[in-house]
Amino acid sequence: MGKFSKKKEGGTPAISTASLPDIVFMLLFFFMVATVMRENGEKKVTVKMPSADQVKKIEKKGLVSYIYVGTPIKKYQAKYGTAPRIQLNDAFADVKEVGPFVLAERAAKRDEEKPLMITSIKADKDVGMGIITDIKEELRKVNALKVNYSTKKGSVEANND
Amino acid sequence: MAKRKLEEINAGSMADIAFLLLIFFLVTTTMESNYGIRRKLPPPPAADQPPPPVIKKKNVLEININGQDQMLIEGELAQDKDVKPIAIKFITNNGRDPQMSDNPQKAVVSIKHSRETSYKKYISVYNELLAAYNEIRNKYAMQKFGKPFDQLTEEQQKEVKDAYPQKIAESTPKR
Repeated sequence: MGKFSKKKEGGTPAISTASLPDIVFMLLFFFMVATVMRENGEKKVTVKMPSADQVKKIEKKGLVSYIYVGTPIKKYQAKYGTAPRIQLNDAFADVKEVGPFVLAERAAKRDEEKPLMITSIKADKDVGMGIITDIKEELRKVNALKVNYSTKKGSVEANND
Repeated sequence: MAKRKLEEINAGSMADIAFLLLIFFLVTTTMESNYGIRRKLPPPPAADQPPPPVIKKKNVLEININGQDQMLIEGELAQDKDVKPIAIKFITNNGRDPQMSDNPQKAVVSIKHSRETSYKKYISVYNELLAAYNEIRNKYAMQKFGKPFDQLTEEQQKEVKDAYPQKIAESTPKR
């Protein structure tokens, strides 16, 4: 009897929370590693990427220059209209500025990295090919021949919805 | 005076601090998918470039896409899903059908599109074409080396690529 009552008095001991910081830190490190600080600041165009399944992953993110193409977001529609526009860094740009932009990106890299550079075109799935063709022509002019058409991973049938 | 025992710092708030950081990173994280179709553009035309070699019509698979996203393959209306089987048949023809390519090295796929063609249609067609090439290359790699294309060494991959080169020609639409 004595033994029984003693246990009741003590109650269940509180669970130690000493390892809680460790667990939280673990999660913290995961997210720190997985986080990519948005490389281009503010996005001024809406980009809904098309889907494709014959895709490759970009490994060296540091060597990629991004070109965004899409309709301006609501905020800028009054000023720029709803026609698809090009965004370089965080400003709207003309097709003519694509070449200098790529050259500037290239100048900032080390010599041995220069041939590995990739230009990634992140275009909305509904933009016309005209603007894409113009960008491609500009890229050819500055010899930036490695191009990546950014897509989601998925079947192409999703493009028709 | 008695020596005071050094008190331990309370680590109870450590979790709070870590949580704070954790939430910050949770919010800023964008799990960006960085996938895409990789292409190499043709180099810019040189001034003294010789005229392009004449390619026999049967060695060219013509894909035409108009401004309404309708596609003609060799003059016949086709859908996205038709591209892959047609391309495979065309590339691996090896002279069997006199209307199709002589051999894979000579087979050229030509894509023509207008300025109004949508980007998604272009990507869809391109993707299907690449799927055709990848399937052919994988099949060849399995036959020859017993491994899928991705797992081959660089030299082996080059051999497969030489056997089935990707020749995709794109023309620039007129303004």
